Amino acid sequence: MSPNNLEPPAVGKRTPLYQQHLNAGAKIVDFAGWDMPINYGSQIVEHNQVRHAAGVFDVSHMTVVDVSGTDPEGYLRYLLANDVAKLKELGQALYSAMLQTDGGVIDDLIVYRMSFGYRIVVNCATRDKDLAWMHSQADGFEVTVTERPDLAILAVHGPSSIETASALLDQTKGKTVAGLENFKGAELSDWFIARTGYTGEKGVEFIVPAGDAANLWEQLLAAKVKPIGLGARDTLRLEAGMNLYGQDMDESTSPIISNMTQTIAFEPADRDFIGRAAVTDDLAAQEQGNLPKLVGLVLEGRGVLRAGQTVSTDRGEGQITSGSFSPTLKQSIALARIPSGSSTCQVDMRGGATDVRIVQPNFVRFGKKVFE
Amino acid sequence: MSKIIEDLKYAESHEWVSVDDNGIATVGISDHAQEALGDIVFVELPELGVTVNAKEEVAVVESVKAASDVYSPLTGEVTEVNETLLETPETVNTNPYDNGWFFKIAISDEAELDELMDADAYADHCDEE
Repeated sequence: MSPNNLEPPAVGKRTPLYQQHLNAGAKIVDFAGWDMPINYGSQIVEHNQVRHAAGVFDVSHMTVVDVSGTDPEGYLRYLLANDVAKLKELGQALYSAMLQTDGGVIDDLIVYRMSFGYRIVVNCATRDKDLAWMHSQADGFEVTVTERPDLAILAVHGPSSIETASALLDQTKGKTVAGLENFKGAELSDWFIARTGYTGEKGVEFIVPAGDAANLWEQLLAAKVKPIGLGARDTLRLEAGMNLYGQDMDESTSPIISNMTQTIAFEPADRDFIGRAAVTDDLAAQEQGNLPKLVGLVLEGRGVLRAGQTVSTDRGEGQITSGSFSPTLKQSIALARIPSGSSTCQVDMRGGATDVRIVQPNFVRFGKKVFE
Repeated sequence: MSKIIEDLKYAESHEWVSVDDNGIATVGISDHAQEALGDIVFVELPELGVTVNAKEEVAVVESVKAASDVYSPLTGEVTEVNETLLETPETVNTNPYDNGWFFKIAISDEAELDELMDADAYADHCDEE
């Protein structure tokens, strides 16, 4: 045994639910400067809880940014690779990349249309550079960009999440949760409730004043919704084929080589957004076979694929960007960036070169295997 | 706080050893080790009948988080392996000191036992990490 993976004692920023995590028996680790629960015992048990029933994640470490003013739409149509003009209804959500001029991904995010403008949720590890970029690009737009550290985020996911959450809330909120469609949200005074998430299961996210977080958490636990740590969050999102910023893409990678092409709104053609010229060129280059693509890998045998491992295909070398054990499929899965047009793939495991299957990067949805 | 069993011997690399009257040593990994690894999903075991050296890598334990080698704390011949771990590797998480044992060896040099730690020394060793 060589457990070189023991975390040092963590001392960092804490969410309004830190004490609740300790009460639930969390193992706390440092996550980008925050003391966060990695698990509450077993991350596999937590993973299965979300696939089969319902779990709650404290994701209050994520950064909420509100954009208001007279032209938030004009600003965000320039700032983001996806087009907020698609958001026809209040509360509606859109996933987007925020790009550099050269097409490198500054961050991925969710943007919601709100009564005051838009609400954006970005990653926690990228907070400083995101805010700096968003402020720097606001010149010339009549907008106000405001971070909201006063808010907490609870994500409740799993097949029974909607039913359970709607039953424990007051009638107005309960009806809202029960009635929302996927990727839709609603503002109920100082609460925002949206059918978004990062697990491949149905679920609802509550963005609430920090002071309301503990009570909501306790109500959910009393309704047998189990707390879920960041460990299970990672295996759930990987099974769902969702990218993790900093691992599957970053400033050095174009969204075109990060399985994010579908999230770029090239139409209307006259919309100028940051990075447009670069990603247009990248898409053409990929279609010529000159740029790699992000795919899914499945290992049929024993062992676990790991981020950073080199893979060999019939078209050249590639690299695993995220790899883990899939608790649902009981085999290892990965995301990997490999040459376009590759049809075979091998990875060096203990015991030599081992065949892995190339699949669409989407492994599990609603508890079921989705690739053939 | 992880559990440390009083009557066992421990290696710096976090394996535990229990030797019976016939000179057969049972080897597993400590509670501290399984806790550090997190959920264990695969275990590879040594072959029966092979002779292993003290401090030699003889098995592998793979968790959701990382893969780690398991070293034999003692020299000897492998007489038995815990094949149940191939199907239920999580036993190492839930019962590291009994059903979660890895392999047994007929030890060839009892003096090597003196180089291993007792429970108190191992507790200090874990604290220092």
